[in-house]
Amino acid sequence: MKITRDNLCSSIVKEIAEISGENVAGCYQCGKCTAACPVNTVMDILPHQVLRFLQLGLVEALLNCNTIWICASCFTCAGRCPRGVDLPGIMEALRLILLRKRGFSRIKAGVIPRVADKGMPEQALVSAFRKYTR
Amino acid sequence: MKRIGVFVCWCGTNIANTVNIEAVTEAAGKMPGVVYAGNYKYMCSEIGQSKIKSAIIREKLDRFVVASCSPRMHESTFRKTAAAAGLNPYLVEIANIREHCSWVHKNKGEATAKAIALIRAAVAKAARDKELWATQIPVEHRALVIGGGIGGIQAALDIADAGFEVDLVERTPSIGGHMAQLDKTFPTLDCSACILTPKMGEAASHPKITLYTYSEVEKVDGYVGNFEATIRKKARSVDLEKCTGCGICWEKCPSRVKSEFDEALSMRKAIYIPFPQAVPNVPVIDRASCRWFTREKCGICRKTCPAGAVNFDQEDEVLQKKYGAIVVATGFDVLDLDDFGEYSYGKHPDVLTSLEFERILNSSGPTGGRLLRPSNQSPPKNVVFIQCVGSRDKSRGKPYCSKICCMYSAKHVILFKEKYPEAQAYVFYIDIRTAGKDFEEFHRRAVEEYGALYLKGSAGKVFPDGDKLLVKGVDSLSGHALEIEADMVVLATAIKAKSDAPQLARLLGISTDTHAFFMEAHPKLRPVEAHTAGIFLAGACQGPKDIPETVSQASGAAAKAIVLLSKENLLSDPCVSEVNESLCTGCLACIKVCPYSAITEKTIEEKIHGKALQRRVAEVNVALCQGCGSCTVSCRPGAVNLKGFTNEQIMAEVDAICL
Ligand SMILES: Cc1cc2nc3c(=O)[nH]c(=O)nc-3n(C[C@H](O)[C@H](O)[C@H](O)COP(=O)(O)OP(=O)(O)OC[C@H]3O[C@@H](n4cnc5c(N)ncnc54)[C@H](O)[C@@H]3O)c2cc1C
Ligand code: SF4
Ligand code: SF4
Ligand code: SF4
Ligand code: SF4
Repeated sequence: MKITRDNLCSSIVKEIAEISGENVAGCYQCGKCTAACPVNTVMDILPHQVLRFLQLGLVEALLNCNTIWICASCFTCAGRCPRGVDLPGIMEALRLILLRKRGFSRIKAGVIPRVADKGMPEQALVSAFRKYTR
Repeated sequence: MKRIGVFVCWCGTNIANTVNIEAVTEAAGKMPGVVYAGNYKYMCSEIGQSKIKSAIIREKLDRFVVASCSPRMHESTFRKTAAAAGLNPYLVEIANIREHCSWVHKNKGEATAKAIALIRAAVAKAARDKELWATQIPVEHRALVIGGGIGGIQAALDIADAGFEVDLVERTPSIGGHMAQLDKTFPTLDCSACILTPKMGEAASHPKITLYTYSEVEKVDGYVGNFEATIRKKARSVDLEKCTGCGICWEKCPSRVKSEFDEALSMRKAIYIPFPQAVPNVPVIDRASCRWFTREKCGICRKTCPAGAVNFDQEDEVLQKKYGAIVVATGFDVLDLDDFGEYSYGKHPDVLTSLEFERILNSSGPTGGRLLRPSNQSPPKNVVFIQCVGSRDKSRGKPYCSKICCMYSAKHVILFKEKYPEAQAYVFYIDIRTAGKDFEEFHRRAVEEYGALYLKGSAGKVFPDGDKLLVKGVDSLSGHALEIEADMVVLATAIKAKSDAPQLARLLGISTDTHAFFMEAHPKLRPVEAHTAGIFLAGACQGPKDIPETVSQASGAAAKAIVLLSKENLLSDPCVSEVNESLCTGCLACIKVCPYSAITEKTIEEKIHGKALQRRVAEVNVALCQGCGSCTVSCRPGAVNLKGFTNEQIMAEVDAICL
């Protein structure tokens, strides 16, 4: 694989930085985020690897992975990160890029009363909107 | 008959829990020559010591044994107790019933029996103790500092500021060492010259410091307080007094050779100063490349020098001087990369060592501080830095971490990006080791502010690809094998001991470790002292070090030297060897085994049947002897004896235990 400055600073890398407000260089790959993530077993790219891929400018792989959709947006990783990296923000940026390209939101407010049961935590609803809307 | 006292210590519970103190005391009281035996909880305490003192007077003891901890712990305490009660301090023996007994045994019966045996041996030895007297050796109040890098300069300044004379011997034409070659320094990015040159000037003008540049120490004799060194001042071929440093000679000199100071990236003349801020600012003629000395032609410098300072007839000068203390600060070398062909170093001009890169960054360097590719003088857009080149490599390099390269690589990234903000830096690393005040933060700046891409892994091959270099490496974090097109590759090359360090160690009688760095007397508690008394270590000659560490160690070494130099006299340990000349056969086996070169031969005259005969015997220099005892076991007729540990005493101890 060839690495060039153009890949490292591509427009999509810049866009992710802009949406998330994060400098991915801040991550030093300790892996704490992955270790803390409650759904890491079913992800195809682990949370810390998401950051490594971004540091290397490998955005394509990230846009095609299941991780960004499996991420529960629970913020556990961000709470534990010793470098203060907002990984959920970055996951969101990646999803937003896809959602905006597709041009529609996955859920609409109107369907919520039908699918939500009483036991559903409110945070899950908030997260669902974060995850699936433009 | 001797009147021996035995004092058994409980050491709180340390001894008393494992050894039956009462049984031991009772047994000791019955040993031959023992007239008194007692015990106490803490023999070393004030009360314990006063018990000993009053027993000495009451029982008229003429020597005593303390059964307690290791003599390393309290032998000197009890010697002082003896002296305070009017006994010669060498009439004291210690039976170590703690480290050698209670701490290593569990069974009380066995430990008690062993303690009694150890005391019996000590009593037998004490019965044969003789009074010994320490002698006084005067101290020469002058220090020799070898090596004029930042370590040597700092040590010299500190010792001189304390009021002692210092001779600073530097091999090259100028003091300054590697620090003079650096551009800026981590972690603050001070300009190296700006903080070094004032110190160089201060060393040169200090009334107590004499600089011997372009000089070497050839021989060191003597011992702590009284070293005698032979210093060779190589012929500069330029008169230090007359030269004004105007520079006309080196401007006019037609002979050009590669500059050592610029790591061969520029040319200097045969008559040269290594760098513009050199101290002293007086050139030398490198006779190997000078036309006058090689072909007896030219002489331009002599003709043009307005001060008439050039002197082709100057000869080496050899001086001998005495010193009380020596500080060794000879620094380091950079590893030779001949065995590391994969980096194309030496084959492609754009592959550089970090020290070469440092020269290119430097505003007084070969490019005047313009950072350009050596191959085509164009600005580099992509630079790959490779860390741990030859470090942590037990196959082809050095197994140790060179300690400074993680930090200076981060520095190089920052300096490079300061010059070219749009360019990209890549750093291959195995681990990042940035322990030090503000060091981690500095490294993170290189990553986060300057956007260097740090790649965990190594580069396996660097090879030319058109007018670029292709670097094949790996990012082991993502598992990707990588290729990077680079304009320059900078190798953070391992640092190593100076190649002639073993010779210097031999000359000084100090030791080196497996990597030829000078060895400290104790890695934790005596880090600035060599094994040989009166010799101290400063800087990278003792192991890889950055500037702050070098300076601290240099000040530490200076403080130790000052303690020594401020004494009028040193007390010598009287436990040294002596030769019984009537037994000595002159075989001189002892000379070979003595690690301190303390034994020499001499000729004595004897009258046998009225005839005067000459005979060769061994002689011990008591000032050099460290009392190790090696000679005593090498001597077949048993002519050498260590005072305080005579053969007779050792045998008596063995007999007391075994018979
Ligand atoms: C590329 C590079 C970058 C660096 N950057 C930094 C930095 O940014 N910050 C930092 O803190 N440190 C840095 N360092 C480390 C720094 O160079 C050393 O810590 C420092 O030079 C050690 O000083 P020293 O006096 O022990 O040895 P040296 O600087 O090596 O000086 C030793 C002196 O002794 C002389 N000498 C040697 N043998 C003899 C002899 N037998 N007789 C007489 N004289 C002799 C030598 O000629 C030399 O002048 C860097 C090192 C390198 C290689
Ligand atoms: S916890 Fe933070 S620093 Fe560690 S790998 Fe995850 S994002 Fe990076
Ligand atoms: S005599 Fe030697 S040093 Fe002097 S100018 Fe000629 S070559 Fe240079
Ligand atoms: S300091 Fe860093 S680059 Fe240098 S040898 Fe140690 S780990 Fe490698
Ligand atoms: S005791 Fe050791 S140091 Fe002293 S003369 Fe004998 S061998 Fe040398």
